[in-house]
Amino acid sequence: MTSQPVIHFADLKQTFGKDDGSSVTALDGITFDIGRHEFIAVLGPSGCGKSTLLRLIAGLIKPTGGTLEIYGLQVTEPRDDIGIVFQKPTLLPWFNVLDNVTFPMRHKYGRVTAEERVRAQELLALVGLSDFAGKQIDELSGGMQQRVAIARALLLDPDILLMDEPFSALDALTREEMSFELLRIWTERPKTVLFITHSIPEALLLADRIVVMSARPGRVREILDVPLARPRSLASLSDPAFTEMANYIRGQLFTRPVA
Amino acid sequence: MTMSPRVSRTLVLLNRFAPALTFIALLLLWEGSCRFFAIPSFLLPSPSAIVIAGANIEWTLWLGHIWATLRVAAMGFVLAVVVSIPLAIALANSRFLSRTLYPILIIVQSTPVVAVAPIIVTTLGAADLPRVLITFMIAFFPIVVSTVTGLLATPEELIELSRSLKAGRAREVLHIRLPFALPYIFSALKIATTLSVVGAVVAEFVAAERGLGFFIMFSTSFFKVPQAFAGLIVLVALSLAMFRLCVIVQRRFAPWSLPKSER
Repeated sequence: MTSQPVIHFADLKQTFGKDDGSSVTALDGITFDIGRHEFIAVLGPSGCGKSTLLRLIAGLIKPTGGTLEIYGLQVTEPRDDIGIVFQKPTLLPWFNVLDNVTFPMRHKYGRVTAEERVRAQELLALVGLSDFAGKQIDELSGGMQQRVAIARALLLDPDILLMDEPFSALDALTREEMSFELLRIWTERPKTVLFITHSIPEALLLADRIVVMSARPGRVREILDVPLARPRSLASLSDPAFTEMANYIRGQLFTRPVA
Repeated sequence: MTMSPRVSRTLVLLNRFAPALTFIALLLLWEGSCRFFAIPSFLLPSPSAIVIAGANIEWTLWLGHIWATLRVAAMGFVLAVVVSIPLAIALANSRFLSRTLYPILIIVQSTPVVAVAPIIVTTLGAADLPRVLITFMIAFFPIVVSTVTGLLATPEELIELSRSLKAGRAREVLHIRLPFALPYIFSALKIATTLSVVGAVVAEFVAAERGLGFFIMFSTSFFKVPQAFAGLIVLVALSLAMFRLCVIVQRRFAPWSLPKSER
């Protein structure tokens, strides 16, 4: 990478103290860079510190060692240019869809202007929910709720989008549909994305590079360039390179051979 | 098996009105047993005797008693809400306050209010203040406990969203935690309405010259048992009305906090 990285990790370490005085190392020796508008998938088993990594970037926790910089600045608190999509949609059931999208504005500044409501309406169109602005949250399916959560994360027009297994609570069909939707959204609104997932196909379909992690303590095992051309489509799933790479990652992640 | 449409329609009607019919059947059984076994009315008055005793009291007198009890119950209830919810917010937000205040709250809650009531009335006199205080003491605790539970039950990810926006603790409570606690708060309020009527009656038992609790005491002291029962029934109706009011308020202002079947 020639230009300055958006996110820069150098020997990043995170330990958590436990009540009994001992400590657990969640992340150790994390070193890599993320470039502008790059789509990075972080893949790894449970307990590899994927979510901790996301929360460190978000400024929700402070690293216990090493360097974490965004645009060359050490992360000390949450930044304004980061949007987060969580595992569950975590919408507010007392607001309708539009008010949920504008919630970050209301929450941060105490009021929502007319222009922001227009912006929210545009974002709803972007995620394919233009006709649902006035609907209540419990009238929406799980996939639709996660679309609202994506629109909400985009409201403040962040440069960086952090996604913590956003489709893992969805059924398999909706999940695949949402992956393609995310690709479309990312193409229309390019962002630097860090996408955490358990799913190898999802990571391959979406990412430019895949950070494969190992657990206890969480370390970067390998960083892989995804050789699939963009724009990607259903056809990418049957590309021989896709299958080959999926098999390779499986081989890396499963410590014991699978019959 | 085949049924004529008329029979099946009757069954549907029976099923729909089953709760009301059960209630009426119970009343008839009560009335019938009182008459059949000739139970004296000072032991167990029949429903008809209770209705007659109730109707014999002038309605302005009824209104006076109802108003006296309702006033104290409502004031105690409002005081309990006004004190409990900020207190719960403080407890939920501060480990220190929770450590220091919670044990005291539990001691207050563990004190039998019926036993403290005469002491309170003796020290504060037989006016509104001690009655409201007694009502407050009996009604506040469930609201505190439920509200704290609700405030802490907010999804962790929403709190992270709030922190990532640097919105501040006040907005975190106001925009996220409190609304999320509403289902818990309303459950507690429903319990507290009933408890506040209990509180008002306990206060009247100790010292009062008006109110439904006083009316029941007064009636029993003259062995007017049917009349006491009439007072009791009005008291139950009052309690149910306050409970109902809570449900209506919740349905009107926070329908999302109710299960779908109850909206």
